[in-house]
Amino acid sequence: MNYLLRGIGVVTAVGMISLLSFSLPSPSGEARGDGGSDTLPKLTHKNWQQECASCHIAYAPAFLPKASWRRVMGGLDQHFGENASLDPVTQADILRFLEANAADAGTSRMGNRVMRDIGPKDAPLRVTETRWFVRKHDEVSRAVWSRKAVGSAANCAACHRQAEQGVFDEDTVNIPK
Amino acid sequence: MTKSLFRNSLAMLGMVSTVAWATDSPASLMAHYAATAGVPVSALSATRGETLYRTEHPGRNGPMVSCASCHTANPKQAGRTRVGKQIEPLAPAANPQRFTDAAKVEKWFRRNCTDVLQRECSAQEKGDFIAWLNQTK
Ligand code: HEC
Ligand code: HEC
Ligand code: HEC
Repeated sequence: MNYLLRGIGVVTAVGMISLLSFSLPSPSGEARGDGGSDTLPKLTHKNWQQECASCHIAYAPAFLPKASWRRVMGGLDQHFGENASLDPVTQADILRFLEANAADAGTSRMGNRVMRDIGPKDAPLRVTETRWFVRKHDEVSRAVWSRKAVGSAANCAACHRQAEQGVFDEDTVNIPK
Repeated sequence: MTKSLFRNSLAMLGMVSTVAWATDSPASLMAHYAATAGVPVSALSATRGETLYRTEHPGRNGPMVSCASCHTANPKQAGRTRVGKQIEPLAPAANPQRFTDAAKVEKWFRRNCTDVLQRECSAQEKGDFIAWLNQTK
């Protein structure tokens, strides 16, 4: 009984502390490497890295909410005009990973920022459709997106030289001519 | 006892076949597809394989598409996906990783044939395709 009470006490205390540390604004608001504003947390997941990076960079789970990832993963046989279908086991495994690290999973600051601009019921299929993305790129002119070396707004790596490493800050941007 | 021995040997068999899958080669895949199609390996045709690679089909999104749209006219060269990411060459002469993993090969035949031809490729077509790429020096 005593132990049980003490156990509950400990759990509550740990819970409070972790709640506090999440809600307290961090002193270095723009810190890098920890999922700071423009740098994503380093994530490794074998199936995701193998299956979602052959046609484009593996878009970080923090760029879209869970509901979006469910839509994307539910329609891989007609994926933006291409067939990207997977066996059901791999598909379910990747979806679990995307949901656990999604923008609304509370695991990254990038995700929090993306969510600020997304309604609770919204489930955009594209990162490039989110208001967050559009705002971040409002200085990029229409003509630039259609340059041959860019081809598509989804080609993040054309301009963000370290996109594959999850780095998107200003110093690493280089728009191809 | 006998039961568990049986189960163990089944598990071993499973492992052996997994290992076998991971060490496929263009030749073993050609043999596999020929057998599935019910023809001898000698009946696979590099000429038909090249035709499959180059023939253009009306694309789902308008412009004509072929295997060469992404893999380029020369399979020893790197290609580009629609999003702009580089694709390593398909010809084993330029990229020894190709046609060494049956599951990967099947996955991409399934996807790319349905995208380009609006249907799956037959075992014979897959065999022809590898026969052509494998003799590209
Ligand atoms: C067979 C190639 C292929 C594979 C494999 C693939 N994709 Fe895509 N993906 C595409 C294409 C093509 C687009 C459209 C890009 C464009 O419009 O320029 C796209 C776009 C996307 C977008 C939207 C990008 C934007 O505009 O913001 C997301 C999100 C996405 N893919 C997620 C995934 C995930 C998750 C996986 C792994 C399960 C995956 N993709 C695997 C081809 C692929
Ligand atoms: C045509 C080039 C181009 C493409 C393609 C592109 N971006 Fe950007 N991106 C930029 C530019 C330019 C900026 C603004 C940099 C600055 O703040 O001055 C930017 C800013 C950003 C920022 C904010 C960085 C900061 O310091 O505030 C993020 C995050 C980002 N992009 C993510 C993406 C993602 C994800 C993709 C692909 C889905 C993408 N970008 C595609 C050019 C591009
Ligand atoms: C829309 C672009 C696109 C088109 C069109 C396309 N492919 Fe591919 N193909 C890819 C990509 C991307 C990969 C995976 C690249 C990688 O893993 O390096 C690939 C890989 C493959 C592989 C896997 C080989 C191996 O052992 O790694 C085969 C087989 C293949 N393609 C056959 C075809 C055939 C046959 C066609 C025409 C019917 C075709 N492709 C058309 C994009 C395309």
